Amino acid sequence: MAKQVFEGLKVADFAWVGVGPQVGRELAEHGATVVRVESHRVPDSLRTFGPFKDGESGIDRGAFGAAYNTNKYSIAMDLTKPKGLELAKKLVAWADLVTESFTPGTMAKFGLDYESCKKIKPDIVYFSTCQMGQTGPLKQFGAYGMFGTTYAGYAHLLGLPDREPLPIFNNYSDFIAPWYLTSTVIAALIRRRKTGKGIYLDQSQVEAGVTFLGPTILDYNVNRRIALRMGNRDPYMAPHGIYPCLGEDRWVAITIADEAQWEAFCRVIGDPDWSKDPKFSTFLKRKQTEDELDSHIEEWTKHHPPEEIMTMMQDAGIPCGMVKTAEDLFNDPQLKHREHFRFLEHAVIGKHAYNAPAYRLSKTPNHIHKAGPCLGEDIEYVFKEILGLSDDDISDLFVAGVITTEADLPGAE
Amino acid sequence: MKQETTSLIDGFRVLDLTDETGHLCGKILGDLGADVLKIEPPGGDIARNNGPFYHDIPHPEKSLYWFFTNLNKRGITLNLETSAGRGLFKRLVKAADFVIESFEPGYLNSLDLGYDELAKTNPGIIMTSITPFGQKGPYAQYKTTDLVGVAMGGMARLYGYMDSPPLRFFAPQFYFNGSLQGVLGSMVALYHKEFTDEGQHVDVSCQHAVVLTLMMGIEIWDLLKVNYRGIGPYGMSVRPTPPGPLLMRWVWPCKNGFVYLMVGGGAAQGVRISTENLVAWANSEGYALLLKDHDWLEDNSATVTQEEISLMENEFAGFLLTKSKEELFEYAVKNEIMLVPVTDAKDLVASPQLEARKFWVTVDHPELGEKISYPGYPIRWTDLPAYRPQRRSPLIGEHNAEVYEKELGMTKEELVLLKTRGVI
Repeated sequence: MAKQVFEGLKVADFAWVGVGPQVGRELAEHGATVVRVESHRVPDSLRTFGPFKDGESGIDRGAFGAAYNTNKYSIAMDLTKPKGLELAKKLVAWADLVTESFTPGTMAKFGLDYESCKKIKPDIVYFSTCQMGQTGPLKQFGAYGMFGTTYAGYAHLLGLPDREPLPIFNNYSDFIAPWYLTSTVIAALIRRRKTGKGIYLDQSQVEAGVTFLGPTILDYNVNRRIALRMGNRDPYMAPHGIYPCLGEDRWVAITIADEAQWEAFCRVIGDPDWSKDPKFSTFLKRKQTEDELDSHIEEWTKHHPPEEIMTMMQDAGIPCGMVKTAEDLFNDPQLKHREHFRFLEHAVIGKHAYNAPAYRLSKTPNHIHKAGPCLGEDIEYVFKEILGLSDDDISDLFVAGVITTEADLPGAE
Repeated sequence: MKQETTSLIDGFRVLDLTDETGHLCGKILGDLGADVLKIEPPGGDIARNNGPFYHDIPHPEKSLYWFFTNLNKRGITLNLETSAGRGLFKRLVKAADFVIESFEPGYLNSLDLGYDELAKTNPGIIMTSITPFGQKGPYAQYKTTDLVGVAMGGMARLYGYMDSPPLRFFAPQFYFNGSLQGVLGSMVALYHKEFTDEGQHVDVSCQHAVVLTLMMGIEIWDLLKVNYRGIGPYGMSVRPTPPGPLLMRWVWPCKNGFVYLMVGGGAAQGVRISTENLVAWANSEGYALLLKDHDWLEDNSATVTQEEISLMENEFAGFLLTKSKEELFEYAVKNEIMLVPVTDAKDLVASPQLEARKFWVTVDHPELGEKISYPGYPIRWTDLPAYRPQRRSPLIGEHNAEVYEKELGMTKEELVLLKTRGVI
């Protein structure tokens, strides 16, 4: 295999939960050496979330906890113990990048904040990421990405205008944030190479979410229009919706952007009489009769499976796509073509799927070889090969409780 | 020799051929400090017709969508379908680091401007192609819109009422997801180029980007063979039957709107502490008395029944209705309760947090006689000046003279000829 992009880059990965670990994952999948510092005493909450192997919870049984940690090494160490802190500082001295995503102030309590790390390694690149950022009156607000995404304005925009807003199961801003952050970290590493200077990066995940509502924010700032959820309607297109199809819980999205597409659409559905009614003859008229229009369309879509509708419409040049479930995505011919899902053997979970990034590099492709590690899986490798300790040293660390074990898990007897 | 820089990636040049599919990519590279040149066809990019518009005036120089997604860029016009246009483009490529584009797959090859051809002109060039489904494969030529994209990427199925179709946000996200993955792929390629002088082709799929945002939706299918779906204001906990899936309320009405709140206990320590604090508050005002002595540590989400959960939720619901979302949030922040208000654009602009962090930045639009407040960059840095947009989005052909005359050394007469021939 050709040399990978980040080969030789070293990362001390103190980040946990959803956002922070994705940055180290991206770098590790391109060859960086990333050591995740975890602890059984305060386990990463991602390890406590399902889905679990066979539906049975356990610190190493969750596929979600594994997902953002491919190619990484995991050690389990108590940073509140002096010896743990000393070893963490050795890891910082070794590293090019330090990552963290705790509640603001936590790393300072350990003695591992940016200023402390800079003393150990003057050109260190260091990031902190959390919901609200390191400063401001709400900086201590800690919660999951659903909360941040809601605060960033998304729930208000999800649902029907006369009904309650809907929650955001997928913590949407938890994905926007790490993509910004990884890009910025790489920029900082390039700058370090040119200037010899390190940097501290402070990310607010809420702000990351807000940037993806840019046009909506400008509409308020300029026109004082407060956008409200509108179902699947679009101000500039009609018809524009998701329609029921043949089968259970099967749906298709159909959107008509111009007159040519409208005419093509009518042809595909067999030029029914209603479509010739003058009240649907122009975009402006269709916009005024959307409810009626949608009920006519539904009458047609519900007799066809979504795959068939998608193919018929796309063949006619109409933007149309079936609503994919997770199962559909595993069978999606396009994702298969791009080898989106990659499978690795996990020590406890067995063989399971990992996402590839959405970009394909022609010369330096992303590569995964190591499943998300079990907690403390790489203690021997990291303590010996990276920190230069002996077997005896490692035994002492276990005895002193510096290296944590399953006996240290909350609730363990 | 070590150099000084004034931004993270200044000195890097981006040629931006994208349409709506990829506009945000160049905008964000510009946020990081790159010199971004937006290249539009003569007459202007079609996305200049995207709403909303400044004071609702539908005009190609007044699209707020354009303003935002083309911030930081200079703009020139150039017709790639003319041989003179292609020649000028290749001259620009010689001095560029990135070409970003979002044409239908195969289009640039048909003009002899594909990656292999450009790499002959500049072996270090990084070409980033951002398209709905990527360069090759069975969907590569499919047409999309935002709604079609979020449906095909699996996001729409995560949202909806029990009795409604799957839904999307009323704000386009599909192309933004692909564009930001485009930034990321471009930056990985740039790092490689810094060490090897070698460029490459970056092929981005927006559908693929959306799949990355589904959180554990993918893993729930992979391990448990359950498709997660939106289920009104509730979250669904996937459990084997019996007892079967559990619905937990996440969005709650309050006195003047809605709040987002999770209640529960057991192993989820953060939620447990939050719930205990909320019960104490409600109790102190005479609400949620049924839950007064509830042991949240003993809560077991694997065995609790839907009826038990609903009973508890009623207790909270009554209390929340007595408070405004502002009161609830203020108390929640001070007392470790995980609750946020459902926030709209007006609330966001008034957020004391975003204000204190100086998130909003002002962009001067001299031809409108106005300064407009924009979202800034979501990351602060030390050691460099604070983020500030380089410039407002370009007017059509605004920098033609600057680029063609000053950089390429052409004369005014030559520019006139190119204009009359439809090249610029």
